[in-house]
Amino acid sequence: MSKFEPTIVAFFCNWCTYTAADLAGTSRLSYPPNIKIIRMMCSGMVDPKYVIKALLEGADGVIVSGCNPGDCHYINGNYKARRRIKLLKEILSRFGFEPERLRLTWIAASDGVLLAEIMQKMVEQIKALGPSQAKMKMVI
Amino acid sequence: MTTTAQMKVKDQDLLTALRDFAGKLLDKGDIGAILAPWCLPMKNMVMPTLLTDPDQLINIDPLSPAFPMNSAKVVSRLTRKPSGSKIAALLRPCEIRAFRELVKLKQGTVEDLVIIGIDCLGAFSNRDYINWAEKNVEAATEKFYTRVLAAKNTAADDVALAAACQSCEFPVAEGADISIGLFGVDTTSMLLLEARTDQGQTLLDKLAYPEAEAPASRTKAVKELVAERIAARDIMLTETRKATNSLEKLTGYLASCVNCYNCRVACPVCYCRECVFVTDVFDHDAITYMRWAEKKGAVKMPTDTVLYHITRMVHMSTACVGCGQCSNACPNDIPLLELFRSAAQGTQSAFGYEAGRSLDEKPPMSEFREEEFEDVVGLGS
Repeated sequence: MSKFEPTIVAFFCNWCTYTAADLAGTSRLSYPPNIKIIRMMCSGMVDPKYVIKALLEGADGVIVSGCNPGDCHYINGNYKARRRIKLLKEILSRFGFEPERLRLTWIAASDGVLLAEIMQKMVEQIKALGPSQAKMKMVI
Repeated sequence: MTTTAQMKVKDQDLLTALRDFAGKLLDKGDIGAILAPWCLPMKNMVMPTLLTDPDQLINIDPLSPAFPMNSAKVVSRLTRKPSGSKIAALLRPCEIRAFRELVKLKQGTVEDLVIIGIDCLGAFSNRDYINWAEKNVEAATEKFYTRVLAAKNTAADDVALAAACQSCEFPVAEGADISIGLFGVDTTSMLLLEARTDQGQTLLDKLAYPEAEAPASRTKAVKELVAERIAARDIMLTETRKATNSLEKLTGYLASCVNCYNCRVACPVCYCRECVFVTDVFDHDAITYMRWAEKKGAVKMPTDTVLYHITRMVHMSTACVGCGQCSNACPNDIPLLELFRSAAQGTQSAFGYEAGRSLDEKPPMSEFREEEFEDVVGLGS
């Protein structure tokens, strides 16, 4: 059996976490290619249905990452994101999605090193967990 | 000043008493119209109706086990913009609670509204009601309430109350301006009127009913009923959770869903004016379906069924009052009330919120604090 390589969909905010990913790149820090980044203007713009859709389509994990509390470019988008993640976790866990599969982090624009570490750790955790239950054949 | 009063009843003829009460409201209460469940003249079917003619009050039927729709949506429509006069709405407790959620979402106002709530005897599912009422055209409602009040909490004949009602822990209309009490009251001779707001108090004074203490038996009767309902609710929620605790089981639970979206149309707190699932976002091209089919080998049509239901939970579960209209609306009898209430219990307790409890508590997704929910941040220890 081939080694399990998870697919992790990452919603990064333009101002902090995406910039940190850029910084990680220009600093030649590497992190696993399992992370598929989608650049959002703000973590507060991540509609819950994007997360649900990603997980139902078979993503093994979803990570939403934005600016640290107090640093949001749009003042409070990240606080709204945190409530939505709380809500989503509550609902998704009822249907057998493990808590590790949906993560929220704050990574500042200057934290390229932290970004690489967190992505590394996320991939390790999902690898340990195994493939998502949603990896079934049929779109539902 | 009265806070509780009594309304005389002859031989447990509750409908006549309630019709007299409605007539008095229209006559003396500065009320322009009454919204009440009304027995349609052409069929033994009860629908919320806006009444201005006192002569028509003879057909109001607020104790019927018919619950064709949650009137919160109707009240929202009647109060979103000024109607020109005050409306008194006779509502079930779950309708009042759903309406409160809509008011908080700015889809209704309480300014020109008087809410009259009646102790809720529960309702049948739409299907059961139609069958049962057909067989009992004469005095269907009277038969229903007589039996329910005598047996305390069992429905008439072999028809059980709807699942939503069997598991409803809010039988008393606490959110009303004036509530009408049946439980623990000797309904053969009286009904209890309680003013629960200043507006209700003023109105009750105008109607000049004789003062009366709430009977001592009432607190106990309500407490027992609520305890029974909570026990039933907890069993229902535990079973539902077990039946849907994996994606495979959830998919099976929803297997007969045809994406008709009736559950969203019937839901009083599905608040989006236009649902994203009927917009172009989900109007996929043929080529998209082909791509999915090729990728996975098979794609169920209509697609996005589970996505729809989980997204709906994200939208409405914190406002869900458990009225059960979703189950009523499902053409394929999927037990949706059980599923949505189960999600609602989780999300409402996660935010320390209870749908319909108060007009002052903001809906969880409409506010935030700087320091909260640190448990969802980070990759765990």
